[in-house]
Amino acid sequence: MTAQPRGVDDGGRPGAPDYATLAITPRRHYGRWVTAALILLALGFLVKAFAEGDIAWGVVGEFFTARAILIGLVNTIIMTVCAMALGLTLGVVLAIMYMSPNPVTSTTALFYIWIFRGTPLILQLLLWFNLALVFPTIGIPGVFEARMVDVMTPFVATLLGLGLNQGAYTAEVVRAGILSVDSGQTDAAKAIGMGRLTTLRRIVLPQAMRVIIPPVGNEVISMVKLTSIASVIQYAEILRSAQTIYYANARVIELLIVAAGWYLIVVTVLQIGQYALERRFARGFGRSAPTRTEDAR
Amino acid sequence: MTQPVPMVRVVSVTKSYGAFQALKDVSLDIPQGAVQCIIGPSGSGKSTLLRLLNQLECWDRGAIFIEGELLGCVPHGQKLYAMKEQGIARQRLKTGMVFQRFNLFPHMTALQNIIEGPLHVLKRRKSEAMAEAEALLARVGLWDKRDAYPSEMSGGQQQRVAIARALAMQPRLMLFDEPTSALDPELVGEVLAVMRDLAASGMTMIIVTHELGFAREAASDVAFMDGGRVIERGPPAQVLANPAMPRTRDFIAAVLS
Repeated sequence: MTAQPRGVDDGGRPGAPDYATLAITPRRHYGRWVTAALILLALGFLVKAFAEGDIAWGVVGEFFTARAILIGLVNTIIMTVCAMALGLTLGVVLAIMYMSPNPVTSTTALFYIWIFRGTPLILQLLLWFNLALVFPTIGIPGVFEARMVDVMTPFVATLLGLGLNQGAYTAEVVRAGILSVDSGQTDAAKAIGMGRLTTLRRIVLPQAMRVIIPPVGNEVISMVKLTSIASVIQYAEILRSAQTIYYANARVIELLIVAAGWYLIVVTVLQIGQYALERRFARGFGRSAPTRTEDAR
Repeated sequence: MTQPVPMVRVVSVTKSYGAFQALKDVSLDIPQGAVQCIIGPSGSGKSTLLRLLNQLECWDRGAIFIEGELLGCVPHGQKLYAMKEQGIARQRLKTGMVFQRFNLFPHMTALQNIIEGPLHVLKRRKSEAMAEAEALLARVGLWDKRDAYPSEMSGGQQQRVAIARALAMQPRLMLFDEPTSALDPELVGEVLAVMRDLAASGMTMIIVTHELGFAREAASDVAFMDGGRVIERGPPAQVLANPAMPRTRDFIAAVLS
């Protein structure tokens, strides 16, 4: 039987507590229990309110897989993919133009970014959609000619609006990524006889991806939701499809819940994909994946 | 009997960064098979000279020849015209370079680092490039690290992989820019051992270094640079043990103390 610890250094005298056998009991976090209880209570009220509210959940279930809604979903996904592809391609090209030693090239990129970041997206969309007002026809004289209203369908106008706008934002992200790669990497690539484009493609961009992927992942997720503004120019994505239905049956909230459910599903899938991609491009950089802030004890 | 073409001939090269003159009228001949060590205080222009030899930077005036070929320029009439990017990339194939900070490609394994050049610059067949890369890794004693990423290797191991990566391009001349300066003291020996082997195999090497012991033992010639000029050069026994110039004497005393 050893003495009780007193919190004072006994200097190892006989009868001093045997610290080798004393375990440390973890600190209790009473505050966390209180916070958790309050949050659960608030959530309970929310669920109760929605359950008792005047929402016809049967209608939600009925329209969740309605044909018009599913077509809207496919259109949303197609638009997200196409607009993001256009945006990324433009972004890489603009970032490289921005860093060009040719002043005309870099100023052009700067000007583009200034225009597209400086005006609201919905305004750009309306501009493209109404382009026929200033250019009734489009074409190369003698080769082909078409009426602008036939070319500038809601799909094309939305694609141009979202894609060109996205390009301006992605350019900044790509530029930051390229600048994050150490100049010693370019030296090493040159030293083994690589040209500028091969160096960019094989050495610089794969390393820049580590910096580029997280923000671009966020922008893909934003893009899914941004496609909804195409409903103002009659592009039949999810929100537009939901609106078309509730104009007929007046079940406004139910159909908005249907649309919200589908957005959440698509975004969740994308988040899982983003996590996998980030792991892939973190190869060789020590950390295997980004983690939540760890909290010890 | 005609003189053999020197591996490197530097003729009156001058290089400035803004107002700072890094190299002042430097001339230097380095014969085939030489192990040329360059020593000197920081800012003396020795690393700059090495970067010019691999055309990582341009010089202001003067000429550099490697195996008799004028670097970076095409003569036309009385003038020299700067060469196109592809021409410079082709000329760089003659020289391999090892950097102070290793500069391995962090997103590739040791083996991928080594085959990158043979595959994507020389357009070699993958099976061939892999076999040669494995042989090179064995030569620097790191065959078992072929699938390791640079972040999983010590500085000494990374630098040995970097040497193997340069050798995979089968260069005629190897440039070393302070290859052991970024290493923990206990890792310096393994890198120097690989360099000693390479020198023994007859490779022409130009080494910017602070390792006077290595220079004394492995160099065929030592050059001392200060203030953008080559102050003194000669066999290591002379320059390191018995320097003629007071500045060389001061520098060596400072490094050894």
